[in-house]
Amino acid sequence: MTVVPTGYASYHNCRIMAYLDVRDVTLTFKGIAALMGVSFTVEQGTIASLIGPNGAGKTSMLNCISGRYTPDGGVSGPCTISLDGENLLSLPAHKRTELGLSRTFQNIALFKGLSVLDNLMVGRHSRMEYGLLASIVYWGRAARQEDRHRRRVEDVIDFLNLSPYRHQHAGRLPYGVQKRVELGRALAAEPKLILLDEPMAGMNLEETEDMARYILDIAEEWGATVLLVEHDMGVVMDISDKVIVLDFGSKLAEGTPDEVQADKNVIAAYLGTEQATFSGR
Amino acid sequence: MQGKCGLFFTSYRGEAQIFQSGFQKLMVGLFMLALLAAPLALNIHETSVMNLVFIAVIGAVALNLLTGVCGQISLGHGAFIGVGAYAAGQCTLNGVPFPLAILTAGLITAMVGMVFGVPSLRLKGIYLAIATLAAQLVLEFVFLHGGALTGGSSGLLLDPPVILGFVFDTEARMYYLLLFFAAAALLMVANIMRSRYGRAFVSIRDYYLSAEIVGVNLFWFKLVAFGVSSFLAGVSGGLWAHYTGYISAEQFNIGLSISYLAMIIIGGMGSVLGSVFGAVFVVLMPEALNAVANSLSAVFPGIAQSLVALREGVFGLVLILFLIFEPEGLVNRWRLVKAYWKLYPFAH
Repeated sequence: MTVVPTGYASYHNCRIMAYLDVRDVTLTFKGIAALMGVSFTVEQGTIASLIGPNGAGKTSMLNCISGRYTPDGGVSGPCTISLDGENLLSLPAHKRTELGLSRTFQNIALFKGLSVLDNLMVGRHSRMEYGLLASIVYWGRAARQEDRHRRRVEDVIDFLNLSPYRHQHAGRLPYGVQKRVELGRALAAEPKLILLDEPMAGMNLEETEDMARYILDIAEEWGATVLLVEHDMGVVMDISDKVIVLDFGSKLAEGTPDEVQADKNVIAAYLGTEQATFSGR
Repeated sequence: MQGKCGLFFTSYRGEAQIFQSGFQKLMVGLFMLALLAAPLALNIHETSVMNLVFIAVIGAVALNLLTGVCGQISLGHGAFIGVGAYAAGQCTLNGVPFPLAILTAGLITAMVGMVFGVPSLRLKGIYLAIATLAAQLVLEFVFLHGGALTGGSSGLLLDPPVILGFVFDTEARMYYLLLFFAAAALLMVANIMRSRYGRAFVSIRDYYLSAEIVGVNLFWFKLVAFGVSSFLAGVSGGLWAHYTGYISAEQFNIGLSISYLAMIIIGGMGSVLGSVFGAVFVVLMPEALNAVANSLSAVFPGIAQSLVALREGVFGLVLILFLIFEPEGLVNRWRLVKAYWKLYPFAH
């Protein structure tokens, strides 16, 4: 059993665990702090956005949640990242997928040698359980499971309108479609929490609107909680239930889009100010 | 009479088949029949070349699974084949029945391969190649100085395989045994490639960062790739040892590793069919060179000797030409030819 420090326990009890609960995450690279004691929460079934200027630590935050980076600890006490009450930090990245976490990347990170269909089937990797021998024989158990998972993948293909590209190599598709395939791969894993790293980057207006619609549907129809990193403020303010603002690795503000837009510190960070109201580092 | 134009599936399972259309199945069936009948038409030398092709096919498809599909480059494949050869040889010399000896050889080689695959967790690309080169050199040293276990520099002498009292002591008999093993190895790898394991391997090759995110345990699946590949290498080595009846350390040198790499580059990385093309090409090339030399010797006396001396050079030249003109291998050429005939006589 892990020993919970008393200070932490009282802090822990004073508020109800949120669905995604990030507490006091600090991440440094050789002394340079990328994140400084960042805490925030995301409620189940909502869309939260993480915004901030370049280098604010948004992607580092996603990497901490998804397991690419391990946070150093907290500024005051141990840091925690928990999803639905389960501590994520004690698990390696590939185990977090089983708990219902999936993500997309800022730069397209598809498996270029696989077809769109197979890319989505890889997305279901953690949901399949047959072993090596079953896969060598490919009879009975393996074939049945492939069949069943294919059905689920077809739901994702229908949802994202990917059927014209089903058997094409992912690497040869247009940029906007590749972004959609990557979203599909994340969605195929049946995530409870889906992390989207700049899903609208480099897209035209129409593609952006489609993507925003998909994200809304993911939260409403697929029941997944969404944590979004995005620079397109129009989209962020339109679709988010909550906005978290980072700047230089610290949290500036957290609240509804209206609250955040009215926040003095946020305005200072984005637009600058005559008087130095921002007292960051 | 009306036929359907195109290939339509009414079930997901139909689409997941290795051979999809009726025509394809028919052609593969006919090809297998032709292979089964071939020893009747071939002379002993030709049959022996076919046998070497079958052994190379097993080794090539094994390396292709590791290097072509999973992206883990290995320069130790020749040594792994050697481990299988010695393991199988020691088994049969100690009275273990042949099928069990081949299985044991495969399992022992799988374990050795997995041990040498451990550095793949941290090392990628050229660095992993150097680490597996170390495996090659270490194992070569063990083969040469293994004492009674490997017979040292004098090697091991083996009897032909015996299964349930039936002795495979002629080329034709070996042909059927090796054909069976080659077909089984191809089916095994083809099945792995269309299952979750194959997809996980490709995901590691193409983008290991997102492979981890979709839930692929990188270390474990790289080890599995090394294990399965080495298992087949061991089987190939065991068969080779019992086919030639003699094992010596020189057989499994770095040159063997490189010629297997050449097979998968020439045939097509990441493709089962490509492994077959590559194995056939590399095994047949010296034969083809000899045939050319013999037919020319009437015109240019003495050319046979110089061509034989040039063999290594020609091999290298062919490899370079392939890398320049057909980097995706013979299998790509095959696809283009098939696509051409699909619509013949119309261009589009």
